[in-house]
Amino acid sequence: MHELSVCQALIREVEALAREHEARLVEQIVVRLGPLSGVEAHLLQQAYPLACAGTVAESAELVVEAVPIRVECKSCGAETEAKANRLLCGECGDWRTRLVGGDEMVLASVSMMTGTEH
Amino acid sequence: MCDTCGCNVTHGNAHLVQAGGKLEKTEQGRESLTVLKNLLSENDHQAGHNREHFDRRGILAVNLMSSPGAGKTALLESTIDALNGEYKVAVIEGDLETENDAERIRKRGVEAIQISTGSACHLDAHMVHDALHHMDLNGLDIVFIENVGNLVCPASFDLGQHRNITLLSVPEGDDKPAKYPVMFRAADLVLLTKADLLPVLDDFQPQRAERYLRELANDAPVLHTSVRSGAGVEQWLAWLGTELTAQRQRLAQGETARPAVQPEGATLHAGEHGGHHHPHHHLHHHD
Ligand SMILES: Nc1nc2c(ncn2[C@@H]2O[C@H](COP(=O)(O)OP(=O)(O)OP(=O)(O)O)[C@@H](O)[C@H]2O)c(=O)[nH]1
Ligand SMILES: [Mg+2]
Ligand SMILES: [Zn+2]
Ligand SMILES: [Zn+2]
Repeated sequence: MHELSVCQALIREVEALAREHEARLVEQIVVRLGPLSGVEAHLLQQAYPLACAGTVAESAELVVEAVPIRVECKSCGAETEAKANRLLCGECGDWRTRLVGGDEMVLASVSMMTGTEH
Repeated sequence: MCDTCGCNVTHGNAHLVQAGGKLEKTEQGRESLTVLKNLLSENDHQAGHNREHFDRRGILAVNLMSSPGAGKTALLESTIDALNGEYKVAVIEGDLETENDAERIRKRGVEAIQISTGSACHLDAHMVHDALHHMDLNGLDIVFIENVGNLVCPASFDLGQHRNITLLSVPEGDDKPAKYPVMFRAADLVLLTKADLLPVLDDFQPQRAERYLRELANDAPVLHTSVRSGAGVEQWLAWLGTELTAQRQRLAQGETARPAVQPEGATLHAGEHGGHHHPHHHLHHHD
């Protein structure tokens, strides 16, 4: 369950950004996750309450956007969608491809409240 | 160690180096920030730093990954014997609870540092850096890192190694590359270990394992090894020798290497740093 480590790293990033922008509350965190990142979306969601407890992001919603796997064929040049364990070219079937998307685990955006409460 | 390398980026101030992202004020007191930053950038930064520690001493760092019991420690034991002092090696052992693996290595007269990971299911770059602080790297040729036995988690964490080796032992079955694509995609070399069992476990078809690996768009070489019969040891040592030579040649050009596949984040991270380099870019190697 390395998702907890990943989630804790995520919260550290968010906390640093919140400090930098003097936010009093983080409302939403958007993460982009590809199937080849090695991180499972539902495990990340499960780990999230543990990681954010007691932080400025405690009440924030975690949104996980799935990114499709895309490969570029080194043989015919086509860019096609692929499955995690079959990274073959969708045009010519060659296995010599380059991954162009689907392994990312990226903090995409953070929404936060700044200023003092009234 | 870090006092000499001059890197003054710490966890605490890393966010000051990395620009804070694009800010958008949507309404009174509410801000939405576009970040696009790898979730493991902190780890990746530390890994890059570890790699510099290796590079400055001309060391090749190799990360061994596999499921529990696939034969990582046994491979290291027989490698040490077969090398017979040809290269000076040291081992970083990641283990959940025990010192067993480290003791097996030390029995052969090789330095082994144990990282007790406790409940952690993988090594990360900070753990490896701590271990580096407890080692004398001078004069070493190769550092082996034995990761925690696990086909899932270790694949996501860059440790600062130059090459990844994934072991697939014959009793596990030949379909493992298809079931654990993230792990097998990360391999620069695949070792089919316990090859002495192929005649007994005849439903394991090496060609099928290799086909699954190619379907991950991975052209890594596949070697059959056995510590029982001694099969494949020659090719394995030849691979190590070639990699060490290549590493020394790269360093002479002021370059380094990352494992064949690095998460998207590594490149993203490099891009966002732009020209940020550690001040200690002086590379040298011993003969
Ligand atoms: N038949 C056979 N058995 C092997 C071979 N290599 C290792 N083994 C056996 O496999 C078992 C596990 O080997 P280890 O080297 O401890 O495996 P490991 O990957 O280091 O295990 P963990 O560190 O616990 O993940 C031991 O009983 C070894 O004797 C081999 O080439 N052939
Ligand atoms: Mg072991
Ligand atoms: Zn094609
Ligand atoms: Zn250091």
